[in-house]
Amino acid sequence: MSPLKIKKGSSSHSAYDLRSHFSDVIERHTLAVIVENEPGVLARVIGLFSGRGYNIESLTVAEIDHTGHRSRITVVTSGTPQVIVQIKAQLGRIIPVHEVHDLTVEGPSVERELALFKVRGQGEARVEALRLADIFRASVVDSTLESFVFEITGTPEKIDAFAELMRPLGLQEVARTGVAALARGETTHV
Amino acid sequence: MTKTMTGAKMVVQALIDQGVEVVFGYPGGAVLPIYDEIFQQNHIQHVLVRHEQGAVHAAEGYARSTGKPGVALVTSGPGATNAVTGLTDALMDSIPIVVLTGQVPTFMIGSDAFQEADTVGITRPCTKHNWLVKETDKLANTLHEAFHIATAGRPGPVLVDIPKDVQFATGTYSEKAKRKSHYAPQLKGDIDTITELARALETAKRPVFYTGGGVINSGPLASQLLRELVEATGFPITSTLMGLGCYPASGDKWLGMLGMHGTYEANMAMHGCDLMINVGARFDDRITGRVDAFSPKSKKAHIDIDASSINKVIRVDMPILGDVAHVLEDLLKVWKANGRKTNTEGLAKWWKQIAEWRAIDCLGYEQTGKIIRPQHAISRLEALTKDHDRYITTEVGQHQMWAAQYMGFEAPNRWMTSGGLGTMGYGTPASIGVQMAHRDALVINVAGEASWLMNMQEMGTAMQYRLPVKQFILNNERLGMVRQWQELLHGERYSSSWSESLPDFVKLAEAFGAKGIKVDDAADLDDAIREMIAYDGPVILDCLVEKHENCFPMIPSGKGHNEMLLANAQVQGSINATGAVLV
Repeated sequence: MSPLKIKKGSSSHSAYDLRSHFSDVIERHTLAVIVENEPGVLARVIGLFSGRGYNIESLTVAEIDHTGHRSRITVVTSGTPQVIVQIKAQLGRIIPVHEVHDLTVEGPSVERELALFKVRGQGEARVEALRLADIFRASVVDSTLESFVFEITGTPEKIDAFAELMRPLGLQEVARTGVAALARGETTHV
Repeated sequence: MTKTMTGAKMVVQALIDQGVEVVFGYPGGAVLPIYDEIFQQNHIQHVLVRHEQGAVHAAEGYARSTGKPGVALVTSGPGATNAVTGLTDALMDSIPIVVLTGQVPTFMIGSDAFQEADTVGITRPCTKHNWLVKETDKLANTLHEAFHIATAGRPGPVLVDIPKDVQFATGTYSEKAKRKSHYAPQLKGDIDTITELARALETAKRPVFYTGGGVINSGPLASQLLRELVEATGFPITSTLMGLGCYPASGDKWLGMLGMHGTYEANMAMHGCDLMINVGARFDDRITGRVDAFSPKSKKAHIDIDASSINKVIRVDMPILGDVAHVLEDLLKVWKANGRKTNTEGLAKWWKQIAEWRAIDCLGYEQTGKIIRPQHAISRLEALTKDHDRYITTEVGQHQMWAAQYMGFEAPNRWMTSGGLGTMGYGTPASIGVQMAHRDALVINVAGEASWLMNMQEMGTAMQYRLPVKQFILNNERLGMVRQWQELLHGERYSSSWSESLPDFVKLAEAFGAKGIKVDDAADLDDAIREMIAYDGPVILDCLVEKHENCFPMIPSGKGHNEMLLANAQVQGSINATGAVLV
């Protein structure tokens, strides 16, 4: 463990990288992996995580450049600093992987996730659900007399919090996209 | 230059344009168009193996002994699944091979067609990269790219899966890759870290070079530069199983192989050094033993072309990402420019210490009486063959370790063994691949009888192509290494570790049309080996050896380098429960 017990990639907390590369602290990192958009590339990335016993907390993938055949995989993973470094090196070894960026250590970044919530209820619970959705800036994308589908965007923590609040109000079903993330400022990873 | 031709013809044309001379393969329904094209040309020789696993190991033997990529061609379904062990073997040992598989036609993929298997799915984790080619127009480029990926950077196996309709259809062929591959691993190392290492060479009191297969994969120049560096600095050098031959065994700086069955002096030097220079090795668990007891007081430099090998197992102080030859060239330049300094006083003390370790004579043994001790058999084989143009392959087990301990390799690419995966059945087909590349050389497969039986069908291949491979079988009628571990770890309960109902190897050789020799008396051993060498054709030499011999020295599982066992007497209670769980 680092002397200051800074758990995350420290760059957003300090100007110095204070992490010990061989500590036992489990860190959560968001990686942006730019890949050639070809058949099987996702299976290669997922197979690497399962084959070598790494964690996937969330994973999103979509084509980002049709003419350049590029897709972006955003993967949230966790492990000791040594494991995180190893994950990045192993990802870099996959032939159709063009770039691997650790958004957690490469500077400040923004993370967003989209989720859909189906909430069923009547009377006061239904009104309360709508009121809370308003506070969370969730929008109603479908409605019947006894149900809503809310769309909410935010950090995973915000979506977790919204889910907790909706549960007693008749939460039936959740669909989450997983995290999409970009570095803040002018830095680009394409 | 572009031409129009069928996919099947493109395969053959691409192999020719890539400089391929030999293809090891086995035909089947899904590759018939390619076999038809092979039939109608004279540039490439096809070697018909007896099992697809044999084709891949033969391609590996060819590749390891030449430095060029080996090629195997097999059919869909079972042809492809039989190739999986060879692919995994090549991945673990970083061997450049290109495996071409047939596939059911594109319109039948996914229908559970006859001999259909998800080949790219099955082989994804055991190849460096693989492709399913669905359009004939993309075939030529994919094949050229396949050779590039197999050989560039850290070499490895690649696979191209070609559906039968793609082989029949016509498309455009180009001689070279249409677009430059984005895969271009960094060859030059970071000069600042190289300079730091050059400085460390000057002051180190107890340095050691720890070299591996990366030196051999980097090419002959890397071995040459390594030799120059070792001679110029006067540092001791050891090597992994994969690196044997990168520095000559006759050299006076040579400590012998290190690791689980390495020499006492090599392992003690690794444990006690103050500067470890890892050149193209990967801190495998056979080398490190207990990780937290591994060389505790040394600064470590690691030269490797694969970023994922650096800091994977052992934390290093000077990581240098790059090709061995390129990095050694820069290292030599910098060190020479700084005045070629070393810590002569420290080194003299270090060599004195090493001399004490050497004096233990950890590989010493005594051959008395009639029963042949396996160490003696290998030593005699070494003595009687070392002056030949010789290539050695092995199977996996005790005999493999004895061959590594008692044979001396003076040059790279002369030693073909399954290191990372430990594939029993590797040696016979590998010897065939080696002999195809070096028709006039003496190629010997040092085997155990159990391993040898795993791919013995390839004797038929040796006969068909008149390949005079010598199968030197140390026959202890046991799965020797399994037996050894059961003795040490499982209360001498020898569960399924003896070979019952063994064939008569002499008759077996004769059944194939080869020569069989049996020897069971130490007094006859030399004559038997001479007879084997002299015979112009494949030979099986059945050498009956002591049945209960253990392979020493040995670092028991879960122990550090300084806790080696040198002989049977030390074994009792040496491995605890945490060690026993390791393999």
